[in-house]
Amino acid sequence: MAPRKSASKPNVSADELKTYYRDMLLIRRFEEKAGQLYGMGLIGGFCHLYIGQEAVVVGLEAAAEEGDRRITTYRDHGHMLACGMDPKGVMAELTGREDGYSRGKGGSMHMFSTEKRFYGGHGIVGANVPLGAGLAFADKYLENDRVTFTYFGDGAANQGQVYETFNMASLWSLPVVFVIENNQYAMGTSQKRSTSTPDIYTRGAAFGIPGEAVDGMDVLAVKAAGDKAVKHCRAGKGPYILEIKTYRYRGHSMSDPAKYRTREEVQKMREEKDAIEHVRELLISGGHASEEDLKAIDKEIKDVVNKSADFAKDSPEPAVEELWTDIVADVTPQNA
Amino acid sequence: MATEILMPALSPTMEEGTLAKWLVKEGDTVNAGDIMAEIETDKATMEFEAVDEGTIGKILVEDGTEGVKVNTPIAVLLEEGESADDIDTASSTPAPQAAEKSPEPEAKSAPAEAKAPAAPKADASPDWPEGTEMEKKTVREALNAAMAEEMRRDDTVFIMGEEVAEYEGAYKITQNLLDEFGAKRVIDTPITEHGFAGIGVGASWGGLRPIVEFMTWNFAMQAIDQIINSAAKTLYMSGGQMGSPIVFRGPNGAAARVGAQHSQDYAVWYAQVPGLRVVQPYSAACAKGLLKSAIRDPNPVIFLENEILYGKSFEVPKMDDFTIPFGKAKVWREGTDVTIVSFGIGMTYALEAAEKLAEDGIEAEVIDLRTLRPMDTDTVIASVMKTNRCVTVEEGWPVPSIGSYISSVLMQQAFDYLDAPVINCTGKDVPMPYAANLEKLALTSTKEVIDAVRQVTYR
Repeated sequence: MAPRKSASKPNVSADELKTYYRDMLLIRRFEEKAGQLYGMGLIGGFCHLYIGQEAVVVGLEAAAEEGDRRITTYRDHGHMLACGMDPKGVMAELTGREDGYSRGKGGSMHMFSTEKRFYGGHGIVGANVPLGAGLAFADKYLENDRVTFTYFGDGAANQGQVYETFNMASLWSLPVVFVIENNQYAMGTSQKRSTSTPDIYTRGAAFGIPGEAVDGMDVLAVKAAGDKAVKHCRAGKGPYILEIKTYRYRGHSMSDPAKYRTREEVQKMREEKDAIEHVRELLISGGHASEEDLKAIDKEIKDVVNKSADFAKDSPEPAVEELWTDIVADVTPQNA
Repeated sequence: MATEILMPALSPTMEEGTLAKWLVKEGDTVNAGDIMAEIETDKATMEFEAVDEGTIGKILVEDGTEGVKVNTPIAVLLEEGESADDIDTASSTPAPQAAEKSPEPEAKSAPAEAKAPAAPKADASPDWPEGTEMEKKTVREALNAAMAEEMRRDDTVFIMGEEVAEYEGAYKITQNLLDEFGAKRVIDTPITEHGFAGIGVGASWGGLRPIVEFMTWNFAMQAIDQIINSAAKTLYMSGGQMGSPIVFRGPNGAAARVGAQHSQDYAVWYAQVPGLRVVQPYSAACAKGLLKSAIRDPNPVIFLENEILYGKSFEVPKMDDFTIPFGKAKVWREGTDVTIVSFGIGMTYALEAAEKLAEDGIEAEVIDLRTLRPMDTDTVIASVMKTNRCVTVEEGWPVPSIGSYISSVLMQQAFDYLDAPVINCTGKDVPMPYAANLEKLALTSTKEVIDAVRQVTYR
């Protein structure tokens, strides 16, 4: 990998770096395994992998505090793992089994954990943006002093409801960080072909929302930007926009032949910008870890992922009675 | 141990594909992520990546082979230190369970559907204790009181919508609420239905109980994705973890001379969606008792009001607190000759027709469904078992209608009791015209109900 300077000087402890390395690696290995299980027919339907974008969620989770909330779109496996949801439960939901987070009734795009304050997993592009602002609205109303991370893509950034939400979030000073994960392609349409102005983070300006672009292949830069955004929200100054420039290595979903970009373009990103390799290099060059230490982490992660796959294969399909449960609630589920 | 590489499924519908081209050959070393082959699926040519590192020991399916079934071994991957001699011991990754055809699941049918006629259990209990003191109130006052009472009862209840606060509601349903509860709980929104409906649903997940007012339900079409995809489906999609305790309310259906875009009845649209509760009250007392239930309900509630009914007065019980449960119809008038089923403003035609028919000696039983989801079909069936005839009345379009659903329920559960086909009186199958005479024709009418009753009673 070509040497690269981190946007923020690595004023960061060895333990933190190792945590980032481990968390990013978990997402990558988990997603590779999910792709494999998809190929075997164990996972069906749509399956959108997060490979390449790991530094975004890992960096922002490092900026989050206990009680903060997060909500995202359908490319959601990374967000769930990064906020501490159990890989076994996530993988078992991917295989549509009883032990999945939604007991097999949600699938790849629809998982939730009120315990980890993860509010989905939404399949309609842009729809999770007002929902995230609504979660932040509740925190402000209840005087909770919490922040909601609302993730969406460069594609969703062209949906009208995003701007309806920007307006109200700013008008009402809602504590929400709008995280635009700009992976440069809305399914197969490049940002150049879909977006009139290249800098999406400036689109908050019309509503008085500050924003900035962040190198999403650098977990330390993401963490630093996250800290700044969270501080802004917690100070009662309203929403903040982070446009995080990232890249997905895989297709939009499993069935994407990816003819809209060259193999060389993907290869170049992988070789020169990979977020995990970056942290790996910082660990080695800083003398924080040896090759052996990292190998041990690799092995540990591989083990976690394999166990989650075995668990997801062994878990039974949901009981047929599940077809008729959870349609309406008799009592209010504990949401907050 | 050597591993078999299996033909992958590369799309949700792929069962077999063509192994178009190998990009590796026997003896090549591969790393995870390396592209090994091009595979043609039913939709496209896809690149097939390695998921493990190793050496290609043997290629089992040659370039250009068509019709290769998913999960067929196509190559053997050797781990470090293995040779091609190990190939016989290759273990294919465990056969995926999805490939085995699991026995056709026997899901039980929907409750109370498609069953042999069971005795209907009509709940005829009164909505409030007999002898309760009553007072005259308009539907508008009743709705206003219901919200104020619930906001006093529960701090997490708030109302948001266009003109609900300082203007006190486009139809004055939120009068005095800003004064009493303040701007934190009575919130004017910009004109942005899609956005504030979504914010409302998010707030309901965050521990609040929002009441979202749509100035009219016509504008809620801007927001219908949030109502259905986000509010109605999340409890199910989350395996019961997260519900959406939210009320969407506002005037629905035709007002008077406001044209096609402002005159639509959405009863059938929302009644079709599992996960929602759908309420369309007629009287002030029902509006109050049902709105209080709606605000307390843990599910998303669609509360369909009517502008013409807002100013109409009814007897309302003078009680500190009373609610009306969902799924309980109200019999407004007892009769033996025909059952007239309606809800919302349709009740005005139904009751007026019944009065006129009584003058000719035809006694109609008039049922107000009040809630369309859940729907109290038991009360309808029990009535039809007595009268043997049924006419339904609503202002919405006919294809399909609430009436057509009731007709199907009666066919399945009370077929032997019917002495005449069920007639559905509905709005006409046209967009609402503006001209006064045409608008009148486009709606149903008391005369149409009377004619329908005469037809089914042969009198």
